[in-house]
Amino acid sequence: MFMTFFKVGAFTIGGGYAMIPIIQEEVVEKKSWIEEEEFLDIIAVAQGSPGPVAINTSIFVGYRLKGLRGAITCMLATALPSFLIILLIAMVFFQHRNNPVVEKVFFGIRPAVVALIGSAVYKMYRSSRIKGMRLLIAILSTAIIVFTNISPIYLILAGGIGAILYYRNKERDVKS
Amino acid sequence: MSNILKLFLSFFKIGAFSFGGGYAMLPLMKETVIDIHGWMTNSEFIDILAISEMTPGPIAINMATFLGYRVSGILGSIVATLSVILPSFIVMILIFYFVNKFKNSPYSDYFFRGIRPIVLGLIASAAISVAMDAYVDLKSVIISLIIFYLVAFKKLNAIYAIILAGLMGLMVY
Repeated sequence: MFMTFFKVGAFTIGGGYAMIPIIQEEVVEKKSWIEEEEFLDIIAVAQGSPGPVAINTSIFVGYRLKGLRGAITCMLATALPSFLIILLIAMVFFQHRNNPVVEKVFFGIRPAVVALIGSAVYKMYRSSRIKGMRLLIAILSTAIIVFTNISPIYLILAGGIGAILYYRNKERDVKS
Repeated sequence: MSNILKLFLSFFKIGAFSFGGGYAMLPLMKETVIDIHGWMTNSEFIDILAISEMTPGPIAINMATFLGYRVSGILGSIVATLSVILPSFIVMILIFYFVNKFKNSPYSDYFFRGIRPIVLGLIASAAISVAMDAYVDLKSVIISLIIFYLVAFKKLNAIYAIILAGLMGLMVY
């Protein structure tokens, strides 16, 4: 189990979502540890919970197979490759950050980071069909973060709790 | 309070409130690391983010390891990485016990419907706040637009996008 999830952690570049198909291939297709349908349920739960999707998925799969020990093993195995690679880079990076060539490269990279996040926003907007009132909420929360010191934590809580109250009342109105 | 304890509490909080993937967590991470604790500059934060996007693994883990190392060396990186995944661990184990209740409750569905627009808003604000530091002149805006076009419409992979942008930086600066 450790080897499997270590491999998943080591070879997936491009964030947690890129890991899902690889975990699926290993756990469902190659090892047959878990049925396809159950795996899809696990993904749904992992996406809805806080934290990186890949980590959540590996904790759940580990727990399902071998209890607490399995969960801890899979969690650490998934995180370990990232941890080791970043640690090596970090050790070198802070020594060379003021090198003029490195500085120039990062002058080019910083605007690319804006572009990457911007395209994530664009893709999420296209695929989630957020519009009307909900689009207004999205724009408002952007403005609140950019212009005020209100913590994102309060926005998440307000959005979640507000939605529970709103949809519950709406459902009551439909029933009556 | 020692930096190690601060790292633990900060990254535990970040892990607990990171719904919707790595990017959605950036505003909270930036608030904690820069505004509250003053551990680094904006541009350093963006450089660390860029490297985290290029290396294997979830961005949240990569960022935690890197930021932890920057604050308190190897011990800091271990503490930050473990504390950012600890909330996931607790929540997943709890859900495992209550999985049927959780799945059948309309409230969890409402909750996620409610936070989805917020998550979109948080990611957009991350783009804006990075832009405020990254756009230093017209050249940087042009690099950004080119990369946005390639990634959003031509499906260019993030790693190639960053390498290409680094080469452009080397050429024009």
